[in-house]
This record gives sequence, structure tokens and C-alpha cells, in this order.
Amino acid sequence: MNDGPASTGPALKARDLSAGYGQRQVLNGVSLEVDAGELLAILGPNGAGKSTLLSLLGGSMRPWRGSVELLGRPIEDFERRALARVLASVRQESGAAFPFTVLEVVLMGRAPHLGPIRFEGTRDLAIARAALERFGLLSLAGRYIQELSGGERRRVFLARALAQEPAVALLDEPTAFLDLKHVSEIFALLKQLRAERRMAVIATFHDLNVAAQYADRILLLKDGVAVGWGAPEEVLTADNLRRVYETEVYVGRNPATGALAVLSAVR
Amino acid sequence: MTAPSRIPAGSPATAPSLATPEHDLSALDGAYLSPARMAAVLGVMAALLVLTAIVAVAYGTVRIDLYRALTQPASSDHAILFSARLPRVLMGVVVGAVLAAVGAALQALVRNPLAEGGILGISGGGAFGAILALTLGYRLGGPVSMVPLCAFAMALLSTLAVYRLAQVNGRLEPFSLLLIGVIFNAFWGALILLVNALVDLYHAHSIIAWLMGSLEAPTYYEVALVAAMGLGGFAVLFLRARDMNLLSLGDDAAADLGVNIEVLRRTIFIATSLMIGAAVSVSGIIGFVGLIVPHILRLALGADHRLLLPASVLGGGALLVAADLIARIVIAPAELPVGVITALCGGPFFIYLLRREERRSLVI
Repeated sequence: MNDGPASTGPALKARDLSAGYGQRQVLNGVSLEVDAGELLAILGPNGAGKSTLLSLLGGSMRPWRGSVELLGRPIEDFERRALARVLASVRQESGAAFPFTVLEVVLMGRAPHLGPIRFEGTRDLAIARAALERFGLLSLAGRYIQELSGGERRRVFLARALAQEPAVALLDEPTAFLDLKHVSEIFALLKQLRAERRMAVIATFHDLNVAAQYADRILLLKDGVAVGWGAPEEVLTADNLRRVYETEVYVGRNPATGALAVLSAVR
Repeated sequence: MTAPSRIPAGSPATAPSLATPEHDLSALDGAYLSPARMAAVLGVMAALLVLTAIVAVAYGTVRIDLYRALTQPASSDHAILFSARLPRVLMGVVVGAVLAAVGAALQALVRNPLAEGGILGISGGGAFGAILALTLGYRLGGPVSMVPLCAFAMALLSTLAVYRLAQVNGRLEPFSLLLIGVIFNAFWGALILLVNALVDLYHAHSIIAWLMGSLEAPTYYEVALVAAMGLGGFAVLFLRARDMNLLSLGDDAAADLGVNIEVLRRTIFIATSLMIGAAVSVSGIIGFVGLIVPHILRLALGADHRLLLPASVLGGGALLVAADLIARIVIAPAELPVGVITALCGGPFFIYLLRREERRSLVI
């Protein structure tokens, strides 16, 4: 199966997804779609089903009901390696059991393009170098992954996903462990990549304000059901957030950026 | 070249690549495994292996004149060289290579540098299978090739059992893995002694040789048999070297990069069991080679299994041949089983590794 052909529909589209583990249902009738170049944020409290939804969208878990279409084709039609050429995932827990260098980990993103045997060529090295440079890791290329801080390691795994040159990137809590400076740097970079490479990004967030500032669309989950879906202004209303997070919130505007800002309104 | 006028939405196939040709790649030198570096390292290690083998052939309890041995077919030097030392050294190369490659692959499988065929009880299973085949086959008049096959079957059984039992809630726990391995070792050791008590063991091998591991008196046929099985197993493992790299990122991350985890695991189970079965059926349980060699090489050469696996083959061969040379001459004219030497050196090394791993998991 080849990786093309290009379609003009959404990059990724999920319809009526229901899923769970054993008898326990975790998601119920969730639909979403993301166009090339867009950033979709999945929000919700712990246990809302965010990670399960990411697993379904990445094809590593099969839904009980519903379907996922990637680039206009059912996701289960993709052979494993072909899928990894168009879809990249960055998990929350990322590390390596053995002392691989930063560059070696980023080059692993080329594996789906190379197959089991072929060595990385100059093109793969150039891609890895570009990915390292984008994430400010070039000076760390020869360092062992174990020597890095949590935030640096996170950037390494984002760079690895970028080296896959995917059409869609799934990021589980990309801002965890990152300080403020790196959060804004990474999202500025993701924005650039989305524009340049038409890469669609789907990410889960804990931090509502980060999502409000950077996302094009937001899916708000509670107990496996979509409570809100649409532009940040439509979804991040005080009403919706009170229902989902069961606490009083104040929704205003960040005077510096104009983006929505969510604050706790509990005295 | 004309620039694309417009990139239609949702067509990443036409998205520009990250790479641009004017990128200077020299900043990356030394931070990854290039084919040139791989060839250089393996060349040096192959030369080291050959040198070790030549020294081991030349030295022993009896002094021989290499020149006379090679030029005068009727001399006793010739007989010692070709019927005693050479097959023994070749067997040392083959068995050491097999054990070290298996160690590297098992470490990749369980994502832990403490794994090895001997420690996990897999060699014990293989040895028991070999002894069963020898005792029963000797009585029933079965073919010699039954021995490594039975060893393979029992090693595979042992691998699967250890692997399943060491899983807690679907996660492989390093310390339960080691404990289960210890228990399996004791269990197989007891079964070997039981068989020994019930039946007189095949006369060519003493029970000590099985339990301690020895390279005494192999035939060229045995060397060829183990070499063939070892080479087959190694080829299978080497084709999975990149997948082993990806596996060290975790099951989920490896699957995200296109690895079929279940198939990879099954492949490693079967290939390593075949290799251990072959090695154990001629040399018994030689411990710690599979632990020490990959570990030191990983420190020196990096973690990439495309280099680590073949380097372990060469390094394991050299180490076991050197250890066997010591075993032959250290208490001359008597000989030690080579497993005594590897266990005496490997035991403290294992404890050092274990302590280091404990500290590291505390830090993380």
C-alpha cells in the first residue's frame, strides 16, 4: 500500500467513537475532525478519556463502535509502518532503556521510512539535523538521553516525531515538565510547522490557558462524552467549564495576547 | 525546479521536506552509527579475536612448536594442535559468540542490562534438555542432533515461562525477572542432578561439565553444528537490530514507529533459545559471558544494536577463548571448567551492575 494519494478532506476524522477496557466504557460517541495545518486541543479532567481517545486516533486501540479516517482512508487499512510514515505519536512517558544519543533517538523517527535494514542516508541525517535545530537541540546531539532534564527529553521526543515527517502528530500532554519559555517556544514552532508542512496536530492538555492560546479547535471531554466542540471562544465558556471541572471559573481575556484566559473563581 | 503554486489542504505528500541540501552535517559526526564507524570497529574487533585465538592455540600445558605442528603432519605437535587445541579454541569462539549475542538480544527484549541466558535460567533449561536427550537418546539409540534440538525445546520453554511469570500487571518487573531466573536455575539444577542419580550419564560428559560449563574435547562435527545453529540464530537477530533499538523506547513507542511487538518478541524468544540450546548442548552452562560482553561493549560503543550484536559476537568469542586459556593453564597440569573462570569474574561484575541499576532507578 502506498502512502498517498492526497485527498482534500480533513487530515483526520473520527466518527461516533465508543471504546473501553473490558466491561468498562471510557468513551461514548465522540466525533471530531482536524484539517491539515490545524491544532486541535483535547481537554478534560483526569479520567475523562483523553488518553484513550488519542490511542484510538493513533490506531493503537480499536474502538467498540465508530471509525477513524486518516487522510481519507480508514486507519485500519494502513499497514503498521505505512501508518508511522504519516502519523507520529509522542507519549507522556518517554525515555530509553539504554544509552542512546539524542541524535540516535531522533534518527529513530526515520525508521518507518527505512525499514529494518537500511542505514540512514544523508537525507535522513539532514532531516534529523533540521529537527534538532528546530527544537534547539543541535548542541546536545551527542549527549546521552539519560543525561538530559525532563524538559530537554520532551523536546527530543518531539524532534523524533518531527523527523517522521508526519501529516498528523498526536501529542499526549506536550507541555508537561516544560517551563513557560519552552512552552511558548514549542507552540511557536508547532505553528510554523503547521503552516509550512500543513501538519495537523492533536494534543491533550492539562493547562486550559495554553490550549486557549494556541488551539484552533477544542474538544472538551467529561466522562467520555464530548461536552464542547469548536473554536476556543465557543467551547471555553464559564458554563461549560463549570460543568466539566465542577468548580467556579472566570473566563476573561489575556490583555497581552487577546487569547482567552481561564482562572479559578473559587474564593 | 518550479515551486508548487499552492499546497492543497490535507495533502502532506506534497509538503516540503525538512531537509535542505545546504545543511552541514558535520555537527552530527560521532553522535550516531555510520557504516564507516561500524566497519572500523568490527574490523579491529575481528583482528583482536583472531589474535586471541592464535595465542590460545599456541599456548597450553604442553609446549608445542607451531612451525613443526604446521609443517610435520606426523609430529605430536601436529596432533595436539589439530585434534585438541584447534577444535577447543574454535568451540570457544563459537560458544562465546553465541552466549554474548544472546545476552545482548535478551537485554534488548527485557530492556534491562541484567538479563542473560544463564541468569534467567534459560541455559539451565537447555542443559536439562540436552541431558535428557543424551541419557534417553543414548539408551534408545537416537541421533546426536537430537541433543541440541531437545536443548532448544527446553530453553524455549524456560524462556517463555520466565517471561510470563515475571510480568506483573502486564509490565516486566526487573527484580521479579531476576528472582524467577534464580528459582529456575535452582530448579533445572535439581532436575539435572535427579536425572544424574537415576541414570548413568553419557560417558563423554561429566555432570560437573554440564553444571559448570566446559569446552573439553569437542569434535569438529560438534563445532560445525553449533556454528551453523548459532549463525542462523544470529542472522535472524541481526535483521531485527533496528527494531531492538526502537523497543528500548518502550512497547508503545516502538509500536508507534511501526514495530510489531509480538512478532519481534516471538522472534527473539525462538532465535535465542535455538542459540542457547546449541551452545549448552556442547558446553553446559557457561554463565556471565552474555552479561559482561554486551554491557562493556555498550559502554564503549553505544547502544545501537546494529553494532552491538555483531560486536558482541566477536567480543564474546575472544573473551571465552581467553577465559578457557586461563582455565587450561592456571592449575596445570590439571584443568578447570571454563565456567568456573567466567563465574568467578562474572559474579562480582553482576553485583556491581545490580548496585548501579538500583542507584539509577532511585535517581530516576
